Amino acid sequence: MSVPIGVVVFPGSNCDRDTTHALALAGAEPVELWHEQASLDGVAGVILPGGFAYGDYLRAGVIARFSPVMRSVAGFAAEGGLVLGICNGFQVLAEAGLVPGAMLRNRGLRFLGRDVRIAVEHGDTPFTHLAGPRRPLRMPIAHGEGCFFADPATLDELEAGGRVLFRYVREDGTVAGEVDDPANPNGSLRAIAGVRNAAGNVAGLMPHPERASEGLLGSDDGFGLIRSFVESAAAAAARAAPIEVTTR
Amino acid sequence: MSTEFRFAVNVTPKPGILDPQGRAVEGSLPHLGIEGVSGVRVGRRVELTVSADDEVLARAIAERLASELLSNPLIEVYRVELLEATSSTTSGARSD
Repeated sequence: MSVPIGVVVFPGSNCDRDTTHALALAGAEPVELWHEQASLDGVAGVILPGGFAYGDYLRAGVIARFSPVMRSVAGFAAEGGLVLGICNGFQVLAEAGLVPGAMLRNRGLRFLGRDVRIAVEHGDTPFTHLAGPRRPLRMPIAHGEGCFFADPATLDELEAGGRVLFRYVREDGTVAGEVDDPANPNGSLRAIAGVRNAAGNVAGLMPHPERASEGLLGSDDGFGLIRSFVESAAAAAARAAPIEVTTR
Repeated sequence: MSTEFRFAVNVTPKPGILDPQGRAVEGSLPHLGIEGVSGVRVGRRVELTVSADDEVLARAIAERLASELLSNPLIEVYRVELLEATSSTTSGARSD
Protein backbone atom coordinates (compact mmCIF):
# COMPACT_ATOMS: atom_id res chain seq x y z
CA MET A 1 0.00 0.00 0.00
CA SER A 2 1.34 3.37 -0.84
CA VAL A 3 2.26 5.68 1.98
CA PRO A 4 0.01 8.71 2.64
CA ILE A 5 1.93 12.02 2.53
CA GLY A 6 0.19 15.24 3.52
CA VAL A 7 0.52 18.39 1.42
CA VAL A 8 -0.69 21.44 3.30
CA VAL A 9 -2.82 23.83 1.27
CA PHE A 10 -2.92 27.41 2.50
CA PRO A 11 -4.88 30.12 0.76
CA GLY A 12 -2.22 31.28 -1.70
CA SER A 13 -0.31 28.00 -1.98
CA ASN A 14 0.43 27.44 -5.65
CA CYS A 15 2.80 24.47 -5.76
CA ASP A 16 0.48 22.07 -3.96
CA ARG A 17 -0.60 20.38 -7.19
CA ASP A 18 2.98 20.11 -8.46
CA THR A 19 3.89 18.54 -5.14
CA THR A 20 1.02 16.02 -5.10
CA HIS A 21 1.91 15.13 -8.71
CA ALA A 22 5.56 14.50 -7.83
CA LEU A 23 4.55 12.50 -4.75
CA ALA A 24 2.26 10.30 -6.83
CA LEU A 25 5.10 9.75 -9.33
CA ALA A 26 7.22 8.59 -6.40
CA GLY A 27 4.56 6.07 -5.45
CA ALA A 28 3.02 7.91 -2.50
CA GLU A 29 -0.61 8.66 -1.85
CA PRO A 30 -0.80 12.46 -1.64
CA VAL A 31 -3.32 13.82 0.89
CA GLU A 32 -4.23 17.51 0.70
CA LEU A 33 -4.49 19.08 4.15
CA TRP A 34 -6.53 22.30 4.22
CA HIS A 35 -5.11 25.03 6.44
CA GLU A 36 -8.21 25.17 8.65
CA GLN A 37 -8.14 21.51 9.59
CA ALA A 38 -6.46 20.45 12.81
CA SER A 39 -6.20 16.77 11.90
CA LEU A 40 -3.37 15.46 9.77
CA ASP A 41 -5.51 12.49 8.67
CA GLY A 42 -2.90 9.96 9.78
CA VAL A 43 -0.30 10.85 7.15
CA ALA A 44 3.24 9.53 7.48
CA GLY A 45 4.94 12.78 6.48
CA VAL A 46 4.01 16.38 5.70
CA ILE A 47 5.19 18.70 2.94
CA LEU A 48 4.57 22.44 3.08
CA PRO A 49 4.53 23.48 -0.58
CA GLY A 50 5.53 26.69 -2.29
CA GLY A 51 3.32 29.66 -2.99
CA PHE A 52 2.29 32.80 -1.18
CA ALA A 53 0.44 31.58 1.92
CA TYR A 54 -2.02 34.23 3.07
CA GLY A 55 -0.65 36.51 0.40
CA ASP A 56 2.73 36.67 2.17
CA TYR A 57 1.26 39.65 4.01
CA LEU A 58 3.36 41.12 6.82
CA ARG A 59 6.26 38.67 6.24
CA ALA A 60 6.40 35.57 4.09
CA GLY A 61 5.11 32.62 6.10
CA VAL A 62 4.24 34.40 9.33
CA ILE A 63 0.44 34.31 9.17
CA ALA A 64 0.41 30.69 7.99
CA ARG A 65 2.34 29.84 11.12
CA PHE A 66 -0.73 30.51 13.26
CA SER A 67 -3.16 28.37 11.24
CA PRO A 68 -4.81 25.32 12.85
CA VAL A 69 -3.00 22.89 10.56
CA MET A 70 0.39 24.32 11.56
CA ARG A 71 -0.28 23.66 15.24
CA SER A 72 -0.80 20.02 14.29
CA VAL A 73 2.28 20.02 12.06
CA ALA A 74 4.32 21.39 14.99
CA GLY A 75 2.97 18.58 17.19
CA PHE A 76 3.71 16.01 14.48
CA ALA A 77 7.27 17.36 14.16
CA ALA A 78 7.76 17.27 17.94
CA GLU A 79 6.82 13.56 17.86
CA GLY A 80 9.54 12.97 15.27
CA GLY A 81 7.33 13.11 12.17
CA LEU A 82 9.02 13.99 8.87
CA VAL A 83 8.27 17.50 7.63
CA LEU A 84 9.68 19.19 4.53
CA GLY A 85 9.12 22.83 3.58
CA ILE A 86 9.72 23.90 0.00
CA CYS A 87 10.20 27.61 -0.80
CA ASN A 88 7.23 29.33 0.90
CA GLY A 89 6.90 26.18 3.02
CA PHE A 90 10.50 26.74 4.18
CA GLN A 91 9.58 30.32 5.09
CA VAL A 92 6.58 29.04 7.09
CA LEU A 93 8.79 26.53 8.97
CA ALA A 94 11.36 29.24 9.72
CA GLU A 95 8.70 31.64 11.00
CA ALA A 96 7.29 28.84 13.16
CA GLY A 97 10.76 28.20 14.58
CA LEU A 98 10.70 24.58 13.36
CA VAL A 99 13.89 25.15 11.36
CA PRO A 100 16.58 27.72 12.17
CA GLY A 101 17.13 31.03 10.43
CA ALA A 102 15.03 33.53 8.52
CA MET A 103 14.65 34.48 4.89
CA LEU A 104 15.45 38.07 4.00
CA ARG A 105 14.51 39.84 0.83
CA ASN A 106 16.76 38.84 -2.06
CA ARG A 107 19.90 40.99 -2.11
CA GLY A 108 19.05 42.33 -5.53
CA LEU A 109 15.47 43.14 -4.38
CA ARG A 110 13.99 41.32 -7.36
CA PHE A 111 11.76 38.28 -7.47
CA LEU A 112 13.84 35.53 -9.07
CA GLY A 113 12.45 32.72 -11.20
CA ARG A 114 15.31 30.73 -12.69
CA ASP A 115 17.27 27.51 -12.42
CA VAL A 116 19.95 27.14 -9.79
CA ARG A 117 22.30 24.34 -8.84
CA ILE A 118 22.51 22.98 -5.33
CA ALA A 119 24.84 20.48 -3.72
CA VAL A 120 23.59 17.93 -1.24
CA GLU A 121 25.83 18.43 1.79
CA HIS A 122 24.75 15.29 3.58
CA GLY A 123 23.56 12.29 1.62
CA ASP A 124 22.64 10.20 4.64
CA THR A 125 19.48 12.00 5.81
CA PRO A 126 15.78 11.07 5.38
CA PHE A 127 15.54 13.97 2.88
CA THR A 128 18.55 13.16 0.72
CA HIS A 129 19.50 9.48 0.86
CA LEU A 130 18.16 8.77 -2.65
CA ALA A 131 19.54 11.99 -4.19
CA GLY A 132 21.97 9.95 -6.25
CA PRO A 133 25.70 10.32 -6.79
CA ARG A 134 27.25 13.57 -5.61
CA ARG A 135 26.76 16.19 -8.27
CA PRO A 136 25.09 19.61 -8.49
CA LEU A 137 21.31 19.22 -8.76
CA ARG A 138 19.60 21.62 -11.14
CA MET A 139 16.15 22.89 -10.15
CA PRO A 140 14.24 26.15 -10.21
CA ILE A 141 13.84 28.86 -7.61
CA ALA A 142 10.90 31.27 -7.59
CA HIS A 143 10.99 33.71 -4.70
CA GLY A 144 11.40 37.30 -3.59
CA GLU A 145 12.54 36.56 -0.04
CA GLY A 146 15.05 33.75 -0.14
CA CYS A 147 18.23 35.19 1.31
CA PHE A 148 18.97 32.78 4.15
CA PHE A 149 20.02 34.58 7.29
CA ALA A 150 21.15 33.47 10.75
CA ASP A 151 23.63 35.08 13.11
CA PRO A 152 27.26 33.87 12.84
CA ALA A 153 27.05 31.71 15.99
CA THR A 154 23.95 29.94 14.67
CA LEU A 155 25.59 29.45 11.25
CA ASP A 156 28.64 27.87 12.91
CA GLU A 157 26.36 25.63 14.97
CA LEU A 158 24.46 24.54 11.85
CA GLU A 159 27.67 23.69 10.03
CA ALA A 160 29.17 21.84 13.01
CA GLY A 161 25.98 19.85 13.55
CA GLY A 162 25.72 18.79 9.90
CA ARG A 163 22.46 20.71 9.59
CA VAL A 164 23.24 22.57 6.37
CA LEU A 165 21.55 20.22 3.90
CA PHE A 166 21.91 22.12 0.63
CA ARG A 167 24.18 24.85 -0.71
CA TYR A 168 24.05 26.87 -3.90
CA VAL A 169 26.93 25.83 -6.13
CA ARG A 170 28.34 26.83 -9.49
CA GLU A 171 28.18 24.59 -12.52
CA ASP A 172 31.53 23.04 -11.60
CA GLY A 173 30.27 22.18 -8.12
CA THR A 174 32.21 24.82 -6.19
CA VAL A 175 30.27 26.62 -3.47
CA ALA A 176 28.83 29.95 -4.62
CA GLY A 177 29.84 33.24 -3.01
CA GLU A 178 27.47 35.43 -1.01
CA VAL A 179 27.67 38.63 -3.02
CA ASP A 180 27.36 39.17 -6.77
CA ASP A 181 27.51 35.49 -7.62
CA PRO A 182 24.76 34.46 -10.04
CA ALA A 183 25.03 30.91 -8.66
CA ASN A 184 23.64 32.23 -5.33
CA PRO A 185 21.20 34.77 -6.77
CA ASN A 186 19.40 35.66 -3.53
CA GLY A 187 22.67 36.21 -1.65
CA SER A 188 22.10 33.60 1.07
CA LEU A 189 24.70 33.59 3.83
CA ARG A 190 27.32 30.88 3.24
CA ALA A 191 25.28 29.98 0.13
CA ILE A 192 22.85 28.00 2.27
CA ALA A 193 19.85 26.76 0.26
CA GLY A 194 18.38 24.39 2.84
CA VAL A 195 18.73 23.37 6.48
CA ARG A 196 17.24 20.95 8.97
CA ASN A 197 16.37 21.09 12.65
CA ALA A 198 18.53 19.70 15.44
CA ALA A 199 16.48 16.48 15.69
CA GLY A 200 16.93 15.96 11.94
CA ASN A 201 13.28 15.32 11.07
CA VAL A 202 12.29 18.77 9.78
CA ALA A 203 13.95 20.34 6.76
CA GLY A 204 13.39 23.26 4.43
CA LEU A 205 14.87 24.47 1.16
CA MET A 206 14.20 27.37 -1.17
CA PRO A 207 14.63 25.60 -4.56
CA HIS A 208 11.78 23.48 -5.93
CA PRO A 209 12.60 19.76 -6.27
CA GLU A 210 8.96 19.02 -7.22
CA ARG A 211 9.32 21.25 -10.27
CA ALA A 212 12.31 19.20 -11.38
CA SER A 213 10.86 15.74 -10.95
CA GLU A 214 10.51 14.44 -14.48
CA GLY A 215 12.37 14.80 -17.72
CA LEU A 216 9.41 16.59 -19.30
CA LEU A 217 10.07 19.54 -16.97
CA GLY A 218 13.65 19.92 -18.19
CA SER A 219 15.24 18.33 -15.14
CA ASP A 220 14.51 15.39 -12.89
CA ASP A 221 17.34 16.23 -10.50
CA GLY A 222 14.83 17.00 -7.75
CA PHE A 223 13.03 13.68 -7.93
CA GLY A 224 15.63 11.95 -5.75
CA LEU A 225 14.72 14.32 -2.92
CA ILE A 226 10.99 13.60 -3.32
CA ARG A 227 11.72 9.86 -3.43
CA SER A 228 13.94 10.14 -0.34
CA PHE A 229 11.10 11.78 1.57
CA VAL A 230 8.51 9.22 0.45
CA GLU A 231 10.70 6.26 1.26
CA SER A 232 11.71 7.68 4.66
CA ALA A 233 8.09 8.38 5.55
CA ALA A 234 7.12 4.86 4.47
CA ALA A 235 9.89 3.41 6.64
CA ALA A 236 8.75 5.52 9.60
CA ALA A 237 5.15 4.39 9.07
CA ALA A 238 6.26 0.77 8.96
CA ARG A 239 8.21 1.12 12.22
CA ALA A 240 5.25 2.46 14.15
CA ALA A 241 1.56 2.89 13.60
CA PRO A 242 0.99 6.51 12.53
CA ILE A 243 0.66 8.78 15.49
CA GLU A 244 -2.61 10.65 15.53
CA VAL A 245 -1.82 14.16 16.67
CA THR A 246 -4.75 16.09 18.00
CA THR A 247 -4.76 19.64 19.17
CA ARG A 248 -7.43 21.81 20.52
CA MET B 1 -13.85 52.28 32.47
CA SER B 2 -12.25 50.86 29.36
CA THR B 3 -10.08 53.15 27.31
CA GLU B 4 -9.05 52.97 23.66
CA PHE B 5 -5.31 53.18 23.27
CA ARG B 6 -3.95 53.89 19.81
CA PHE B 7 -0.45 52.49 19.28
CA ALA B 8 2.06 52.52 16.49
CA VAL B 9 4.43 49.57 16.25
CA ASN B 10 7.58 50.50 14.36
CA VAL B 11 9.47 47.50 12.99
CA THR B 12 12.94 47.97 11.51
CA PRO B 13 15.74 45.63 10.43
CA LYS B 14 18.10 44.78 13.30
CA PRO B 15 21.29 46.83 13.30
CA GLY B 16 23.82 45.10 11.09
CA ILE B 17 21.23 43.11 9.13
CA LEU B 18 21.46 43.54 5.41
CA ASP B 19 18.73 45.94 4.23
CA PRO B 20 18.79 46.08 0.45
CA GLN B 21 15.73 48.35 0.39
CA GLY B 22 17.46 50.89 2.60
CA ARG B 23 20.53 50.70 0.42
CA ALA B 24 18.44 51.23 -2.73
CA VAL B 25 16.79 54.29 -1.19
CA GLU B 26 20.16 55.66 -0.16
CA GLY B 27 21.52 55.01 -3.62
CA SER B 28 18.75 57.10 -5.18
CA LEU B 29 19.47 60.21 -3.11
CA PRO B 30 22.16 61.66 -5.38
CA HIS B 31 19.59 61.68 -8.20
CA LEU B 32 17.55 64.08 -6.07
CA GLY B 33 20.57 66.24 -5.46
CA ILE B 34 20.43 65.42 -1.75
CA GLU B 35 23.69 65.03 0.13
CA GLY B 36 24.67 64.13 3.67
CA VAL B 37 22.02 61.43 4.24
CA SER B 38 23.18 58.04 5.47
CA GLY B 39 22.02 55.05 7.49
CA VAL B 40 18.69 54.60 5.67
CA ARG B 41 16.80 51.59 7.04
CA VAL B 42 13.41 50.61 5.63
CA GLY B 43 10.92 48.99 7.98
CA ARG B 44 7.18 48.98 8.50
CA ARG B 45 4.77 50.72 10.79
CA VAL B 46 1.58 49.11 12.05
CA GLU B 47 -1.04 51.23 13.84
CA LEU B 48 -3.66 49.59 16.02
CA THR B 49 -6.17 50.29 18.78
CA VAL B 50 -6.25 48.30 22.03
CA SER B 51 -9.20 48.45 24.44
CA ALA B 52 -8.03 48.03 28.02
CA ASP B 53 -8.51 49.33 31.54
CA ASP B 54 -5.21 51.14 31.67
CA GLU B 55 -2.14 51.93 29.63
CA VAL B 56 0.04 49.24 31.22
CA LEU B 57 -2.38 46.48 30.22
CA ALA B 58 -2.87 47.95 26.77
CA ARG B 59 0.85 48.27 26.20
CA ALA B 60 1.43 44.66 27.30
CA ILE B 61 -0.98 43.49 24.59
CA ALA B 62 0.65 45.70 21.95
CA GLU B 63 4.11 44.47 22.99
CA ARG B 64 3.03 40.84 22.74
CA LEU B 65 1.57 41.40 19.30
CA ALA B 66 4.74 43.23 18.22
CA SER B 67 7.09 40.50 19.42
CA GLU B 68 5.09 37.42 18.39
CA LEU B 69 3.55 38.48 15.09
CA LEU B 70 4.54 41.89 13.77
CA SER B 71 8.30 41.37 14.02
CA ASN B 72 10.69 38.45 13.65
CA PRO B 73 13.18 38.72 16.52
CA LEU B 74 15.93 37.07 14.45
CA ILE B 75 16.06 39.89 11.97
CA GLU B 76 14.00 42.82 13.26
CA VAL B 77 13.56 45.12 16.24
CA TYR B 78 10.39 46.96 17.19
CA ARG B 79 9.33 49.97 19.20
CA VAL B 80 5.81 50.47 20.52
CA GLU B 81 4.68 54.07 20.59
CA LEU B 82 1.47 55.35 22.19
CA LEU B 83 -0.26 57.76 19.86
CA GLU B 84 -3.51 58.54 21.61
CA ALA B 85 -5.74 57.41 24.48
CA THR B 86 -9.49 57.93 24.23
CA SER B 87 -11.82 57.15 27.12
CA SER B 88 -15.11 55.63 26.01
CA THR B 89 -17.16 58.26 27.92
CA THR B 90 -15.19 61.43 27.46
CA SER B 91 -12.70 61.70 24.68
CA GLY B 92 -9.30 63.16 25.19
CA ALA B 93 -5.95 62.84 23.57
CA ARG B 94 -2.43 62.57 24.74
CA SER B 95 0.87 61.40 23.42
CA ASP B 96 3.92 59.88 25.04
